[in-house]
Amino acid sequence: MSLAASTRWRQPSILPGFGLAFGTTLTALCLIVLIPLTALMLRAAGAGWADIVAIASSPRTLAALRLSFGAALIAALVNTVFGLLIAWILVRYEFPGRRLIDAAVDLPFALPTAVAGISLSAIYAPNGWVGSFANQLGFQIAYTPLGVMVALIFIGLPFVVRSVQPVLAESERSIEEAAALLGASRLRTVFRVILPAVAPAVLTGFVLAFARAVGEYGSVIFIAGNIPMVSEIAPLLIVIKLEQFDYAGAAVIGMMMLIVSFVMILVLNLVQAWGRERLGHV
Amino acid sequence: MSDITFAPRAPDQEISGESLLTRLVLIACALVFLGLFLFLPLISVFAEAFKRGWEAYLAALADPDAASAIWLTLYVAAIAVPFNIIVGVAAAWAVAKFEFKGKSLLVSLIDLPFSVSPVVAGLSYMLLFGAQGYFGPWLKAHDLAIVFAVPGIVIATIFVTFPFVARELIPHMQALGTDDEEAALTLGASAWRTFFTITLPNVKWSLLYGVLLCNARAMGEFGAVAVVSGKIRGVTTTIPTQIEILYNEYNGAAAFALASLLAALALVTLVLKTFLEWRYADAIAASTHR
Amino acid sequence: MSVSITIEHAHKQFSTYPALRDVSLRVKQQELVALLGPSGSGKTTLLRAIAGLEELDQGRVFFDTTDMRSLSLRDRRIGFVFQSYALFKHMTVFENIAFGLRARPRHDRPGSAEIRKRVGDLLDLVQLAGLEKRFPTQLSGGQRQRVALARALAIEPSVLLLDEPFGALDAKVRKDLRGWLRELHERTGQTTVFVTHDQEEALELADKVAILNQGVIEQIGSPDAVYDMPENAFVCEFLGEANKLPVHVAGGQAFFDDAPIFGGIGLNRSGPASLYVRPQHIKLADNGPLSLPGIVERIRRNGAVRRLEVAVRGYAKRVELDLASSVAPAIGERVSMKFTSAHIF
Repeated sequence: MSLAASTRWRQPSILPGFGLAFGTTLTALCLIVLIPLTALMLRAAGAGWADIVAIASSPRTLAALRLSFGAALIAALVNTVFGLLIAWILVRYEFPGRRLIDAAVDLPFALPTAVAGISLSAIYAPNGWVGSFANQLGFQIAYTPLGVMVALIFIGLPFVVRSVQPVLAESERSIEEAAALLGASRLRTVFRVILPAVAPAVLTGFVLAFARAVGEYGSVIFIAGNIPMVSEIAPLLIVIKLEQFDYAGAAVIGMMMLIVSFVMILVLNLVQAWGRERLGHV
Repeated sequence: MSDITFAPRAPDQEISGESLLTRLVLIACALVFLGLFLFLPLISVFAEAFKRGWEAYLAALADPDAASAIWLTLYVAAIAVPFNIIVGVAAAWAVAKFEFKGKSLLVSLIDLPFSVSPVVAGLSYMLLFGAQGYFGPWLKAHDLAIVFAVPGIVIATIFVTFPFVARELIPHMQALGTDDEEAALTLGASAWRTFFTITLPNVKWSLLYGVLLCNARAMGEFGAVAVVSGKIRGVTTTIPTQIEILYNEYNGAAAFALASLLAALALVTLVLKTFLEWRYADAIAASTHR
Repeated sequence: MSVSITIEHAHKQFSTYPALRDVSLRVKQQELVALLGPSGSGKTTLLRAIAGLEELDQGRVFFDTTDMRSLSLRDRRIGFVFQSYALFKHMTVFENIAFGLRARPRHDRPGSAEIRKRVGDLLDLVQLAGLEKRFPTQLSGGQRQRVALARALAIEPSVLLLDEPFGALDAKVRKDLRGWLRELHERTGQTTVFVTHDQEEALELADKVAILNQGVIEQIGSPDAVYDMPENAFVCEFLGEANKLPVHVAGGQAFFDDAPIFGGIGLNRSGPASLYVRPQHIKLADNGPLSLPGIVERIRRNGAVRRLEVAVRGYAKRVELDLASSVAPAIGERVSMKFTSAHIF
């Protein structure tokens, strides 16, 4: 307390407990999050430049990263389109079961990833409910990169819906009335007036869904088939390297993923700053 | 004035409405998507779990390994959740009630575990506490085990659930401001009394909301736990990792039986969450309308 | 292009209360009309009904002789300025103003050079030249208001409708914009209807004021007419200040406490009534016929004049009057008041 009060980095307040609260937070943060992640960075850096490049540029690593990023990107795009659609019907339309669907959108947040993984693979496997149907059409979903995408769509589904929904709900009705009175068709109003106004929220949801999908493990490994070079995601490669006691290899890939996480956080902050500046919300 | 009458237009439809057909098509598209990616997986869990009937279902849950996994899951959540409540409340108090430099950095760091792959988190603990890790030799010399043991599972679970409580509390506490606490303090209440009789009751619904989500994730965490636990049957397997073992052994019925427990937990969580969103919205409205 | 507006027997029921009850109104070409009333009087509903944003349960709206229901919103060419301005936040000032031009069907759409010129002219008109690249969040309230107006004028509307155009602005800006809007109207000659709850605004700006109360138009007339010749007690009380005295009318005179205080009332009236008299219509006089005695209780400054509060026996409130002369009675002095003008309802 006395330290905090004597320094200028925080504004004075009559409320007590800053030292205790801040100290507890910082200690837990360091022990649980910061020190382990630093250890990961150190270990990866300790591998030496040549080894890092060799591990990072090995075909298997590159294939895994390509799959993780590619599938995450496509899944996030799918979720953006359908997330926007779902948010739209939830906010704008009244239909039976609307409240149920509104609540159910959060299921991927609540359902453990392993459960999602085995149930998705059961449905989309060649003998599953949807998989057998796809089989007749001549393609396979589970145990291919397509299966990875299915799992990533599932776990990223709520992000766009939940970031767009409140913004859409708050948007003023008079904005749309103004557009109509100025002679805009409904389609023009939707695409030139309403959607641009929710763009920062859409982008926020997209980045969150993408960031989550890149690092996802539990729901993917059951449906992916995990064929090296084909349907093996980057987090799985880390697990495999660990099982082979290749700690340096695991650390290098882990570091690459961690850097991606930091970049995502940065992008997210930029998106939100842009939204705040331009639209005064998000 | 002309006497011709026109079919009245509905301005409401014209301004903020699509035609009925457009609405139906859009709703149908959304429902098909949700059906394929949301409802079908949920239904299939229960369908697969009860495929062989009630007896097989109960037998799968009564299996000693399964029972041990259930117990360990509860045990881990019982430590990780209270830990995160304490830290989350402390973080929210520091962030929401005080102004200091680097606050936004602190908030970003608290949110960091949401962005980090659970596997990367597990890997970090392996590199710290594993046999080849920085503290590995020291731990071995003192006959302590963190990874491939329960402590590692607890820490990994704390990592992935770290932001939940703080993230719910911070915006609510910021919205409430500091007036109530200042009033209590000037009336002579002690710091702890102020906290327990003023602050905590004000945010109880958002706290509960955060705890609910934290608990759901704690009991369901897979990636981080899979890495640090070593998946030793009957010793370090939680429900999610036991599901993986059973599934890989082609014991689908047993895997889905355990999975149905977690799916039921998820449903209960969603129901409570929806209920709290009601209450919580009222509480927020009440607190800002004063 | 300027048209007249005719509203015939408009009726609108909201779930719990009637917002408009059999409202009829004519707005002539190039007229500037204010809809004035307390909140909940139905004035905004009437404006939105004219625009077609609100569907009437009964009644019709004509622009000249065209029934508005025959036109879609897009084809009505209505310039509407919303109370919240409803600017498109993600568009610059230029894009906001150009929106209506760009939204026209292709065969009717001006070229981009033409659009630039038209927007430039409008920016000059609303005195915002140089701000076209700004976003609405980077503008002051008064500037946003003028962007909203320019955007509405861009489609060359047949009528201009403004919902509480100055409601969200502070007092100083309101006054400036008021004079400016009047000038603008004189220049463009646009048929204009605006909604306000501020009587000063309505009386100063409008050619004609319609006073609404509980979904009914209480009186329509020029500012002078509604102010000087209120047709009912509501209008009299709502516009300006008035002392309200309980009187008894008999033989063309109003009696207060059995003494005659005001004369020249039509002989068709008699019985108990209320007498309304504005503070500026009371002067101090010697005792005489048709005067009201009282004791000065308070004197305070009220802008250019001094306001006297006079206690009258048998009346719980004090009679207030404005004293133009520099000689003022002392507090506690007995005075006698004469009403130069009053209304009996």
